[in-house]
Order: sequence, then structure tokens, then C-alpha cells
Amino acid sequence: MKIQKSRMLVWALSIAIAGLILSASSSKSANLSSGESPAGQTLLLNAAGSTFAYPVYSKWFNSYHQEHPNVEFNYASIGSGGGIAQLRAGTVDLGASDMTMNDKLLATFKGKTLQFPIALGAAVPAYNIPGVNVALKFTPQALAGIYLGKITKWNDSELARANPGVKLPNQKIIVVHRSDGSGTTFIWCDYLSKISPEWKTKVGANTSVNWPVGLGGKGNEGVVGLVEQTPYSLGYAELTYCLQNNMLYGTVRNSSGNYIKATLASVTAAAADNASELQKDIRASITNAPGKDSYPISSFTYLLVPASIPNAFKLDAIKDFLSWMLSEGQTQLQSISFAPLPQAMVDIEKSMIPQIQ
Amino acid sequence: MGTVVTSSVRNARPEPSGRARAFLKRLQNGDAIAHHLTLLFALSILLITGLLVFELYVHSAASRQQFGWHFLVTSTWDPVSNQFGALPFIYGTVVTTAISLLMAIPLGVGGAIFLAEFAPPRISDYLTFVVELLAAVPSVIYGLLAIFTVVPLLREQVDPFLQNKLGFLPLFQGPIYGVGFLAAGVVLAIMIVPFILSVSRQILLAVPNEQREAALSLGATRWETTWKVVAPYARTGIFGSVFLAMARALGETMAVTMVIGNTPKINASLFAPGYSIAAVIANEFTEATGRVYLQALIELGLVLFVLTIILNALARVLILATTQRGTAHT
Repeated sequence: MKIQKSRMLVWALSIAIAGLILSASSSKSANLSSGESPAGQTLLLNAAGSTFAYPVYSKWFNSYHQEHPNVEFNYASIGSGGGIAQLRAGTVDLGASDMTMNDKLLATFKGKTLQFPIALGAAVPAYNIPGVNVALKFTPQALAGIYLGKITKWNDSELARANPGVKLPNQKIIVVHRSDGSGTTFIWCDYLSKISPEWKTKVGANTSVNWPVGLGGKGNEGVVGLVEQTPYSLGYAELTYCLQNNMLYGTVRNSSGNYIKATLASVTAAAADNASELQKDIRASITNAPGKDSYPISSFTYLLVPASIPNAFKLDAIKDFLSWMLSEGQTQLQSISFAPLPQAMVDIEKSMIPQIQ
Repeated sequence: MGTVVTSSVRNARPEPSGRARAFLKRLQNGDAIAHHLTLLFALSILLITGLLVFELYVHSAASRQQFGWHFLVTSTWDPVSNQFGALPFIYGTVVTTAISLLMAIPLGVGGAIFLAEFAPPRISDYLTFVVELLAAVPSVIYGLLAIFTVVPLLREQVDPFLQNKLGFLPLFQGPIYGVGFLAAGVVLAIMIVPFILSVSRQILLAVPNEQREAALSLGATRWETTWKVVAPYARTGIFGSVFLAMARALGETMAVTMVIGNTPKINASLFAPGYSIAAVIANEFTEATGRVYLQALIELGLVLFVLTIILNALARVLILATTQRGTAHT
């Protein structure tokens, strides 16, 4: 009886293993066939990258699929670095990144890769000073000084001068930054690099940097959580996150000398200001934009598209999606608190689409 | 039923030679199958570990070449200028693990002794159930708990108190943020106590009753029996539970990154923010672009692996050194 039992166990095990192998191989073949879709079948396009832009792609891919039932997108929000790596390896059709790819990085790709700005984001200063419930005004020098560790007290003259009438306490500023690699960090540091030569040489800009001072919080929620909990702290967070959570944040003086509150409109304005430079190089940075209504700490998030797509079905679908994203897609951004592209950018990018072949 | 099947098999085939027949016979008994199958499972663990080290080693080649051994002793972590050093992360990992073990070992072993030796069986069962439930809570929950309760408590009550009473020690000097080495150590301690407690209790319960009876019959009190007979008998197993807990503390990511402050600096003060290896990998891996940057993060994984082995070995040596006399084996 015992022997029989153990034999049955062996049988059961081998059946289970065989089943596993079979199911694994069948799912593999299903994957292979979905790529090259003959007309009439669903075409599956894979995209991966930016976690920041995930809400945008999620909304767009869903709406686009409803209008075009034969095209389906699959988006993995694995981070910009992952998106770039996967696109380079050819495992996805489209990549998404919060940071532009420089020439050195582009050279590692087999073919040419186009970068389409798809929407705008911004970083805003958020703070927690007991007794202060107004939007503080920040000069560029104040932000750079605080993050370099040179301005250490809230009642520093740089801050006091910009905020007459606000009683700033004689307390140490506790600086908070993102600890995870993030496009928001890149925007923030890119801005600081532009307005402070010292920041540019000492720290620079990247998705993660070597911070001179401060505590790190994971994600927007981590930074905001630390700021809300720690009295006399200052951090930076993504505008979208702050709008969705109705948070109080400071205004920043732009290069025309006006204190601008970050809104979807003032962020779009920053992109419109730099249109001529973007015409020359789509990767041009829009931080510290010149216009009088521009919010200075703004940036694009990008969709990365290979210039050469051999599969005709995929080529058509991707080109059609890009046109759709530049027209109808843009109108959907406001509802999820992302800033849409200015008309000038839409025109530039429409002229880029025929480059994909 | 079994014999019917075997005889029909024999009839269908030509008679096998002696050796093959013996093999078939053993096969029919299932012993050989069980032997080979379990051997396969055991070997797969070796294979997985080997592959892990191999992959980490191969994919950190550029970083190892560029920084060499300096990687282990430098403190700059600068993704912009591609300068990477692991020292602050190693320091943070070791310090937080040490804090957590210092707190968790007395709590866990003490609790296990109570549950196994002193508590009425019903209470023991209930409490053990709760403890095992704690072991199953995801670490992000512990992280949230830490952010909303442990960190404010440390910042407003515990840290100022410690600074006030023990401020002459470098360990308790400097500004108080709430987040930092101490916060991470406390959260880790909360997370690993259930491991130590649950496993140690099982070990203590497995100590033969004759041991207790013998000690009691010689006139030992209940506590003397527990401390001088039962606990030493179970020592090896209890240390095993501590190793398990240490491994968990070394590799914990989510809860640590939520409260450690994520600042790659070495600081003697336990109130200062720091960073751990697992936390920096989780934080920066997704957005890391550039070959050296990515490979430096992978090399950190390798460092964590080696660190775990070294600390495990050190702990074993320590135990061997302290338990030379009259070790009981479980």
C-alpha cells in the first residue's frame, strides 16, 4: 500500500512537470505569433520605461485601444533606465524616458532612435514650517543655497528679502530630496545647474546625484511624507503629485524676475518659450525658460521610437498612434494633471513622424 | 495490486540481467526515485547560488575593473561623475543589522523561553499564532508603521531622552531627524523578533523531557532547569534562528529605505541618516543609465552577498569560541 502511494506520487509529479513544460512552451509560441499580425488580428505593441509617465501611457493606450480595437499596447513601468535598456536590446517596440538620451548613449543603439516629447512635468518646492501657511517665494539663489548647504536657516536674509511680511523662524532647514532615481530629480538638478555655477561643477544633473546635504525619501510620497512629518523641512516634489493631493507649495522666481506658481498653464508656457531651440534640437532643456509667465523648473517626458521599423503592421500602427497622441491624446492630459504640449511643439513633432520608416 | 503490475511487466519483456534486475527492483520500490529526485532538489540550491554569484560577478566586470578594491573603501557615490564607492552602504548595512540583533535576540529568545517552558499551553498556542502572523506581514507595512509611529516617537521622545542621558557618547550626538540608523535598526528588530521567537520556541519544545525531569529530580528549580539544562541543549538551534534573522535583516530593503534617511554618509551618531546596500539598489536600479553606474549597483549586490557570508562565518566562529565546553548537540 505504501509503495503504491509513493508510486502514485511519482506519477503525479511527472504529470505536473510535463504540464508545466507544455504550458510554458505553448505560452511562448503565443507570444511569438502576436508580434507579426496579419490583417484582422490584434497587433500587440510592447512599451516600457518611465514610472512618472505611467498614468499618461496607461490612459492613452487604453483610449487608443478602444478606438482601434486591433491594436493593443502593453506598458511596463520599470523606470526610464529600464526602458532605454529594453529598447536597446530590442525586447520592446517603444521606450519611455524622463531624461533625454545624449549622443554617447544614442551611439550604443543599433539604429537611429527618435525622441518625442509627449507631455510636461515640473518640480515644485514643498515645505513644512509650523506657523507659516502661505505660499513662500523662492529665488533661484535661495534654492541653490539651501541644496548646497550654504543657506541653513529659514530666517536667512536671502529668504527673508523675498518674503516680506512672513515671519520666518530662526530654525535649521532640514533638506529632503528623492532617494530613488527619478526624472523629477533630474529636472530639479538641471535647473540648479543652470542658475548656479557652483552646483553645476560640484553636483551636476542626473536622475540620482551626490547630494551635498539632506535626507532621502523614496518616491514623491516618500519626500512629501518626510516633509509633512518633519518640522522646518523643505523638499521638492512632482507637480502632478502635488495637484492631485491639493498641497501647498512655493513659487519660484523665473528669469524675467516674476514669481511664478507652477500650474499646468505656466508649465506649458515654459515649453512654448523655448520652441525655437527645440526646433533645432528636440532634446533642448526648458528649465529656466525666458518667458514672463513661464515656470522655470519644467521638463518634458519622452517617448523613444526607433527610426527604422521593419514590420509594416507595427510601423503603420506606431505612426498612427503618434499622430493620435499629438492631437487627441494631448486633450486628455489635463484630466490626469499633466501639462499638455504647446502648439509649437506639436507642429515640430508632427514633422518628425515621416522620419520613421 | 503491486505484484500484479510487476509480473505483467516481466512477462512483456525479456528477462533482464542480474544487475539491471536489481536496479529495476529498487526502482519499483521507489527508493531510487526518491533518492535521485531529492538529490536533484538539493543540487538545484547549489546551482541557483552558483548562478547568482556568477551573474553578479560577470555583470559587474566594468565596475570591478574601473574601481578595483577601492570600491570597498571609498565613500563617494556620484552618478553624475561616475564615481562609486560602497563603504557608506556597507557601514549602514552592518550597523542597522547590529542594532536590530542587539534588540531582537534578548526579546526573541526570552519570549521563546517563556512560551516553551513557562506559559500555560493554551496561552502559548495563542501567542505563537500571533507571532507567526507577524512574521508573515509584508515589509512595506512595517515601513509604513515605522514612518507613522516609530519615527515620530524616536524624534520627539526617545532620541532627545537618549541624547540627554547618554549624550557624552558619540553614538548619541548630533542633530535629531527621527529617520536614521536607529530608526532602521528598531524597525528591523521588530521584523526579525518573530523569526527568532518562533524558531527558538520550536527548538526548545523539541528538547527531550527526560532532560528536564533529570534536572528537576536533582533539585534544580524551574528556572535553573531552563537556563542550565534546556537552553544549552537547544543552543545550536537557537543560534540557527539568529542566523536566519540576521540574513533577513541584512537583505531587508523596503522597510529600511523608508526610514534610514537614504544618505550615503558614514556617521558615528545613530541619529544620523545613512544608507544600506539593499536600499540603494532598490532605489537607483530602475532609473540607472550608463554602463558603469548600472554595474556598480550590481557589484553592490555581490558585496552584499559576500558580506552575508562573512558575517555568517564570523558569527559561527564566535559561537564556536564561546561554546567550547560541554556542547550539547541537537
